[in-house]
Amino acid sequence: MKQTEILVVGGGPAGLCAASAAAELGADVLILERDSKPGGQLVKQTHKFFGSKKQYAGDRGIQIGDFLLEQVESNPKVEVWPDATCLGIYEDGVVTAEKDDKHIKIKPERIIIATGAAEKALMFPNNDLPGIYGAGAVQTLMNVAGVVPGKRVLMVGAGNIGLIVSYQLLQAGVEVAAVIEAAPHIGGYLVHASKIRRAGVPILTSHTVKEAYGNDTLEGAIICRLDEKWQPIPGTEQDIKADVMCLAVGLSPLTELCWQAGCKMKYIAELSGHVPVRNEYLETTRPGLYVAGDVSGVEEASSAMVEGRLAGISAALSLGYGKDKAPQLQAEALAELKELRSGPTGEKIMNGIMKLLGKEGAAC
Amino acid sequence: MLIKTGIPTPEDLEKVYPSEERMLKGPVAIIECFQKIPCNPCTEACKQGAILPMKDINDIPEMDFEKCNGCGVCISRCPGLAIFIVDRSYSEKEAIVRIPYEFVPLPEVGQKVVGLNRAGEELGTFEVKKVQSGGKKNMTYTVWLAVPQELCMEVRNIRLGGVTHGE
Repeated sequence: MKQTEILVVGGGPAGLCAASAAAELGADVLILERDSKPGGQLVKQTHKFFGSKKQYAGDRGIQIGDFLLEQVESNPKVEVWPDATCLGIYEDGVVTAEKDDKHIKIKPERIIIATGAAEKALMFPNNDLPGIYGAGAVQTLMNVAGVVPGKRVLMVGAGNIGLIVSYQLLQAGVEVAAVIEAAPHIGGYLVHASKIRRAGVPILTSHTVKEAYGNDTLEGAIICRLDEKWQPIPGTEQDIKADVMCLAVGLSPLTELCWQAGCKMKYIAELSGHVPVRNEYLETTRPGLYVAGDVSGVEEASSAMVEGRLAGISAALSLGYGKDKAPQLQAEALAELKELRSGPTGEKIMNGIMKLLGKEGAAC
Repeated sequence: MLIKTGIPTPEDLEKVYPSEERMLKGPVAIIECFQKIPCNPCTEACKQGAILPMKDINDIPEMDFEKCNGCGVCISRCPGLAIFIVDRSYSEKEAIVRIPYEFVPLPEVGQKVVGLNRAGEELGTFEVKKVQSGGKKNMTYTVWLAVPQELCMEVRNIRLGGVTHGE
């Protein structure tokens, strides 16, 4: 059985930051990463990040991913296992994983779950036609595999993912027919929206997909307008020819391991689904099990990195590491999170976290 | 409306424009950033102190146009590609608009390219006067475009042929 002090499940921005922070305080860390290259979603984020210097703002996601990976790989306290999938967390504290076709048992003293989130689907007739993808899948195809998904794309969803992937499709020389959004407003950052709009891509708010069509693969979609009650308005149908449709309609926290580990779960719409109940320092109701990043509520990568750091420090401190400086580092991380979530775009997240912590209506 | 279309309205733009007097003096940065988001690299990019420090990271950038010398460092540092430099002192008939650009191929100096407005509509063809690299790591280029004076507040993007997968 493999022994480690802290096991980090997931090598994305949250997991890598958690590992670095814990190892810097002296803890031994093992990272399990399902993919062959750690970095999570950062490996395909070719755009520059927002936030402040502390979260590497201005650098591109791919650069941040490489930097975070170098940071953990250069720390002898951290061991990284790529191509390793965590399978279960058991009552006796044993964690099982699959690596190189082998079933491996790990006995960690603390666990940090940083498994991220998965893309949501959308219901409409023929949504199983080849050519209909999650926007994140298309981003992987283009930016990791170097394969263009098709010739002309209909993007569904004007959140940051929909807007950013549209821009990246344009950069790859793929036409974007339109970005449609069911909500009456653009959900992503408006600077991202302006960037694709001035490249000629129409953004249609209060619009949804009525149905997709095509013989063997996607050939187009009928879209229509929605009224204030999100009901289709008859007679507003439009036929959009496209061989690719990208669904960027939100993410769900990947919480299977939290459920299975027996963490108390709560449905919080603002955090995009069921999330583990946890304290301010990201420890769940199962003692010694922490969460960080999208698994604890879907948000930006900048806050995932800070949450990772906070969980890493907290887990290390609970093992007796960094007693002198850890409280200060925790306070700094909490202050950064508060700052990132203090504006109008962070309001929803703050409301969700208040509900999760059972402090509804309390000032934050 | 910006929040519905992605196109800033004249009212939005009015709030971020320098005075006509300042514009005629020489190059000046115009920050077309209208939404409170947690982002502040522009404030650190400006060595002239023209982009004022933010009290809160969610603040909308504020400019002291008198301090701005039009150096353009901020253009490639803005993650939202929302900063442009306009130089109305370029010539009597023409102004220079500097635009952040992240597409291949890059235009060449002297090349005529299609100028687009904030809605992506074509405004004519204009000559590229300079192409500046933002650096190996930054990778955002700045394209200097000579446009008629009356279009300097309209042209905000360019289009040129390139690799497309449409055919």
